[in-house]
Amino acid sequence: MEKRVVFRSAWLPYALLAPQIAVTLVFFFWPAAQAGWYSFQLQDAFGLRTEFVGLSNFAALFRDANYLYSFKVTALFSALVAVMADRVVRGALAYKTLLIWPYAVAPAVAGVLWAFLFAPSVGIVTYALRQAGYDWNWVLRGEQAMLLVVIASAWKQVSYNFLFFLAGLQSIPRSLIEAAAIDGAGPARRFWTVVFPLLSPTTFFLLVVNVVYAFFDTFGVIDATTQGGPAGSTQILVYKVYYDGVKAADLGGSSAQSVVLMLIVIALTVVQFRFVERKVQY
Amino acid sequence: MVENRPWLTVLSHAVLLAGVALIAFPLYITFVASTLTHQEILQVPMPLVPGGHLWENYSQVLTAGSHAGAAAPVGRMMLNSLVMALAIALGKIAISIIASFAIVYFRFPLRNFFFWMIFVTLMLPVEVRIIPTFKVVSDLGMLNSYVGLTLPLIASATATFLFRQFFLTVPDELAEAARIDGAGPMRFFRDVVLPLSKTSMAALFVIQFIYGWNQYLWPLLITTQESMYTAVIGIKRMITGGDALTEWNLVMATAMLALLPPAAVVVLMQRWFVKGLVETEK
Repeated sequence: MEKRVVFRSAWLPYALLAPQIAVTLVFFFWPAAQAGWYSFQLQDAFGLRTEFVGLSNFAALFRDANYLYSFKVTALFSALVAVMADRVVRGALAYKTLLIWPYAVAPAVAGVLWAFLFAPSVGIVTYALRQAGYDWNWVLRGEQAMLLVVIASAWKQVSYNFLFFLAGLQSIPRSLIEAAAIDGAGPARRFWTVVFPLLSPTTFFLLVVNVVYAFFDTFGVIDATTQGGPAGSTQILVYKVYYDGVKAADLGGSSAQSVVLMLIVIALTVVQFRFVERKVQY
Repeated sequence: MVENRPWLTVLSHAVLLAGVALIAFPLYITFVASTLTHQEILQVPMPLVPGGHLWENYSQVLTAGSHAGAAAPVGRMMLNSLVMALAIALGKIAISIIASFAIVYFRFPLRNFFFWMIFVTLMLPVEVRIIPTFKVVSDLGMLNSYVGLTLPLIASATATFLFRQFFLTVPDELAEAARIDGAGPMRFFRDVVLPLSKTSMAALFVIQFIYGWNQYLWPLLITTQESMYTAVIGIKRMITGGDALTEWNLVMATAMLALLPPAAVVVLMQRWFVKGLVETEK
């Protein structure tokens, strides 16, 4: 799309663009280029010497069992969050205000709230679970730590999904539903044969968004609760980039992971954009 | 509704109430915990009705921080969070509205090049290029400063795209009329474009304010002095590890303080929030 009417000036558009371009260059292209450069280098433990090692950082990365494991954890985690967030909100129509505020809660804060509810010794939910005869201790058990992180992240993401489903539901023409009702379809039948298929673009869009959310925004939840533990069971990719780069001071390895992450994000963005272009309906 | 089925109405209200209760449960427990003493929380199960220490806990964290963990006053952190959220929200709006004005209303060499330069930043969230960006910021000597805290996060294309989409829907006749009346581009920008963009700006402000307030990974890296911590970081620093040692009453009071401002923005500016959410994802 282009404007028919435009203004002419030799310098003004450049001046208007300058701030954004400057910030983008300094804080975006420069670091991104450095990430690309570092990912081919190996730094010694004291940062005194760097040598060019070509692709071996990438090769080491894919040999590293932990890295592959964190891929698996991320995939599993995304799927869980997406499906849970999906299931919880479908069918709700009103009560908007009461349901949307968790969107405003920082992921780290959401993590702390749930960590407190599930705290091994003082948590109120832990107490209830113990009364029911179930031994709960996410500090020691990997699968429970995972469950805690998933619950906290899903809780926060429910409001977002809710809003989009609501918008999707409201855009369905009333006449379609009325026509189905006149033909004698009950509420459940109407939902599955009319409403649900028409919601599929929204569902698909949310699926992509939730995957992106699980990849990146859950960093806060994880760092505030499990910190990747116990034994790497909740170590997602972004957390590993942070841990290797900051805590373990392995700049080359961390940068190589950044590059892999960048490729994943680009792939996800392409999927999302193709969807937006086409507005698929199944 | 298409037909009158009383039991269905009752059922949907029941479902919604259950949903609201589930969403609100962690918040309620947090509030209760923030009004108890440390001893009261340690008895299992903790009381489920608010205690009488609300004022004590809140004034303790606001002015002095916790006893066992970080001893930085949360009042200062709230101020830091506020500065960060406002700087990011307003900075993004200011930078991107002029950039997209230049891209939509001018024809100039390299226009498409600049457009794509901004466009690719959409694909890479801060988390991905975190370590190299940190290096750049520390090379520039911006650690522990508001500039270092906010400027790198302003480099994002979401707002630019939102404004571009909006400008493209502004009728060409307005620009034509302005030109016939002899108004220059900046005059047109100030008198026509800015007033028309008010709703878009409000919507964007809500989204970006929450984004800025809830930042976690970036302030975690960039701030090493307690006086520069944001509220979300402050909570994390108060958890000392070990359930019984952590002063949950103070942590929960801080959590309440950290989540109230963004939640208030969402609830009070609900209309623009929903609009902003739907439009930034297009």
